[in-house]
Amino acid sequence: MGRKILFITTDQQRYDALGCNGGRVARTPVIDGLAANGIVFDRAHPQNVVCMPSRSTMLTGQHVSTHGVWMNGVPLASDAPSIASDLRRAGYRTALIGKAHFEPFIDPFLRFAENRIGSAGLETEMVIGEDGLPTPHRGFEHLALATHGGMGPFHYARWLREKNPAAAAMFFQVLDQQLQVNAGGGGDTNAPQVKHNDIPRELYHTEWVADQTIDWLSSLPADADWFCWMSFPDPHHPWDPPKSEIGRVNWRDLDLPDGYIVDATERERVLDAKPRHWRMWYEGTFVSNYEAPAKWVPKTLTADNVREVNAMAHIENELIDEAIGRVLASVASRGWGDDVDVLYTTDHGELQGDYGLLFKGPYHTDSLMRLPLVWSPATSAKVAPARVSAPVGLVSLAATFADIAGIARPDYTESARLPTNDEEARELGHERVLTEWDSVLFGKIVHARTICRDGWICTAMLSGTVHDGIEGELYDLANDPLQHNNLWSSAQHAAQRASLLDDMWSSLPTRVLPLRSCDAPV
Amino acid sequence: MPDFPTWSGVSTNRYIARMGSVRRHVHINRDPDTVWALVGDLARQHEWFPFSSCRVEGNKRWMTTPSGITFEEDIITHDHALRRFQYRIVGNPGITSHLGTCDVIDDGHGGSTVVYSTDMEPEALAIVVAGAAGEGLDKLKRLMETT
Repeated sequence: MGRKILFITTDQQRYDALGCNGGRVARTPVIDGLAANGIVFDRAHPQNVVCMPSRSTMLTGQHVSTHGVWMNGVPLASDAPSIASDLRRAGYRTALIGKAHFEPFIDPFLRFAENRIGSAGLETEMVIGEDGLPTPHRGFEHLALATHGGMGPFHYARWLREKNPAAAAMFFQVLDQQLQVNAGGGGDTNAPQVKHNDIPRELYHTEWVADQTIDWLSSLPADADWFCWMSFPDPHHPWDPPKSEIGRVNWRDLDLPDGYIVDATERERVLDAKPRHWRMWYEGTFVSNYEAPAKWVPKTLTADNVREVNAMAHIENELIDEAIGRVLASVASRGWGDDVDVLYTTDHGELQGDYGLLFKGPYHTDSLMRLPLVWSPATSAKVAPARVSAPVGLVSLAATFADIAGIARPDYTESARLPTNDEEARELGHERVLTEWDSVLFGKIVHARTICRDGWICTAMLSGTVHDGIEGELYDLANDPLQHNNLWSSAQHAAQRASLLDDMWSSLPTRVLPLRSCDAPV
Repeated sequence: MPDFPTWSGVSTNRYIARMGSVRRHVHINRDPDTVWALVGDLARQHEWFPFSSCRVEGNKRWMTTPSGITFEEDIITHDHALRRFQYRIVGNPGITSHLGTCDVIDDGHGGSTVVYSTDMEPEALAIVVAGAAGEGLDKLKRLMETT
């Protein structure tokens, strides 16, 4: 028997959501416990700040330029490498339970396997692998798929319709009649994408993901090695946790988050010091990406909206933590407790009020890029607890899974495994982490490339609809932890900027061509 | 800074706010009359486009997707000489404007270029149609070049 792997992801969660990372509101004792006995990464970045590209990086161990999922709506190639396939070939049982999103959601033609598998209620779909033998979709023998509500073709939605046909309509409607991200609001403050959800907690997707995980693990023999990706759709908007849980965090009691600049004049001064698309989005004149509601103007966001959105996210994070606790108890009851590596992270962050903004987009600061990442190695591996300050990326996950399983790092991966401490980070070459952004939807073209190294974040905005190719961002993380002071144009920091850019351009992989086509907005 | 490739597949008309305008094309090593024999038979589009079924009555057509959605269409143009057909999706409250166009163009060297264009509101759905068109054209090429 080898080490088993429980890979837990959330969706759109901030670094500071967790108690172990300084979070002061949501109670997350289960993850905090994993952190206390494991490795906490204080500078983990995604390679893209929206779902599909970031998740594709987790699965392939590749940067966006290589796997080719350059924005939401671009499907990961059906024959793309998958660490789950390698683990399965090594004898691991494999499952992905919850949100996958390697392929577009909006798919009336059922072109994509995730939607076909969900709509048919299948466990997986077999394809012919590179060895000429049948292999399950992306290496997962068991898929139980969910997304942020009760609509659509996935297993959770089908299950929900059977349990309570009215339940799907209880969730916030994510898309509007024009298939745009819904700009409507609700709750107590009419905050965007907030709703008091009548759904009973036991029918909520967080509980379903945990229940499905427990069921699948229970189906395995005691001597099985397994890789289970448990993927919670929360705390991604809509912020509509079960109404029964709203009393956990009263938004009226919340302090405003550190990143929210209360004074509008100061807020707009900070935005104006950043590349122009920041202020243009704030004013509602340039909504560059599908993931932000096109009809919502961030400038209208109130302090109470920010409090309420944060309260809802905290509630959802508590529910996730409790669900993980149930799964870990089940794992322990099987006698696997000493042999399971647990890795916890998310695909990208959430602005959640920072700079007066919500949601996500080409805004490469800690709000979206600094992620929770906790690795609790199996007790049997005897790894000492540590906090790692070196920059790492989700691009290292695939190699880490391989290492845990005792198989060679696959050739297709582009980064060394995660380190277990800062000394090992140096040995493994974790000097920098890179993040890419490309969006071209609806004629609004934005390209950005970012490096984080030596306590600096540097972003080059490439030529696009509103950028001339000479703008960018440079932040000193030690002295400006909220990234309010853009030093890009500072003569004093020109050499620092040049050094970072040189390193970034020489470190980014060459883009694989031809570009994959965008086949849906998300 | 490296050179960046052309980003294609979605509209880059920055001045159109709501209308999605998309286009996909494929080159096929078969003469245009042979290609048009299939493409121009509007009741057979499900043989190459990712629809599950297709029904034509006069200038009306009904196309059903594998997920069970049926689109009612008005056939606007069906020109054998030009090798063009155009259609509009009608009677669908979620689609406020639509024009689909498919052209089979003689490349002058014994082959064909097939162009599938869609102008559509809501714009988000146009991208989905573009993806389906891309897959359909790839299948059309395989069908034509292997039979």
